[in-house]
Amino acid sequence: MIIRIMGTGQFEVKSSLFDELNTIDNMIVDCVQKGDAAGYQKKFSELIGLVLREGKKLPDDQIVESSVIIPPADMTITEARQIFTGEGIFKG
Amino acid sequence: MSLINRMSTIISAKMSKLIGAMEDPRETLDLSYEKQLELLQNIKRGVAEVTTSKKRLELQRAKLVQSSDKLEGQARDAIAANREDLARMALERKSAITSQIESLDQEIATLQGEQEKLIEAEKRLSTKVEVFRTRKETIKAQYSAAEAQVKISESVSGISEEMADIGLSIERAEGKTEEMKARSLALDELIDTGVIEDFTSHGDDIDRALAQVSAKGKIDTELERLKSEVGK
Repeated sequence: MIIRIMGTGQFEVKSSLFDELNTIDNMIVDCVQKGDAAGYQKKFSELIGLVLREGKKLPDDQIVESSVIIPPADMTITEARQIFTGEGIFKG
Repeated sequence: MSLINRMSTIISAKMSKLIGAMEDPRETLDLSYEKQLELLQNIKRGVAEVTTSKKRLELQRAKLVQSSDKLEGQARDAIAANREDLARMALERKSAITSQIESLDQEIATLQGEQEKLIEAEKRLSTKVEVFRTRKETIKAQYSAAEAQVKISESVSGISEEMADIGLSIERAEGKTEEMKARSLALDELIDTGVIEDFTSHGDDIDRALAQVSAKGKIDTELERLKSEVGK
């Protein structure tokens, strides 16, 4: 499975990682909804860390679509909220 | 909806804007290639902009360091002249300048990070654009329009995702640069008019009170140090 961390690049990871990513993803959503900035920061770094640790970076000359797209590693909770509301710089 | 799903939806929306579907799919390749070259130019502009902003902050930093050294010299002279009140005034101004230097250091580091990210992105994209160009020519030469369709959609989607990602990185870098440009202009004015110590006026009252307490402690220590150096 190919994962993109925006602003960093694409990584090949085992498909078995998907459930774990999903669990952390849900906890991140919880933190964003509650406005828990510290929890968000911790869980989001965990998500990024997991992909960086388990993934193998794709070489630059490969052109493939990703199955999962993770927002930029330095994204703030304010920006995360904007992703959900469709405001600001993440507007499609 | 999860964060990851939402992000994917946003990127897909950006991608479909990037993929202009032409009647002959092979024209889609040329169109995408044109947009890739445009984006490469945009990244280069982005890098230049961030670099300029960083240089401006570094210049301001140098000016502040100069003032700080000058104030230290004045404080030393004041003590030698038995004018502790003047020495205190100079050290107070120096303390305000030091905190400005610290916040500039942080901003310079942020811009440095943005600059590195954009340079990395440029490298990634230019490698992909080159691969795309070769593949585009092969597809156009060897396949009929119908056969080309599948090959084209694979390549075009892959590179459009990269382009959507980079487009966003540029937007974010520009946002940060703009923010700092405004603050740096304000700082320039303060340096020019010599009222730099008023710069501590952001933050709330408690912040200010705490800053004053800690600044006083620091100033007392500095006074003692200078006194002992001057031998008073």
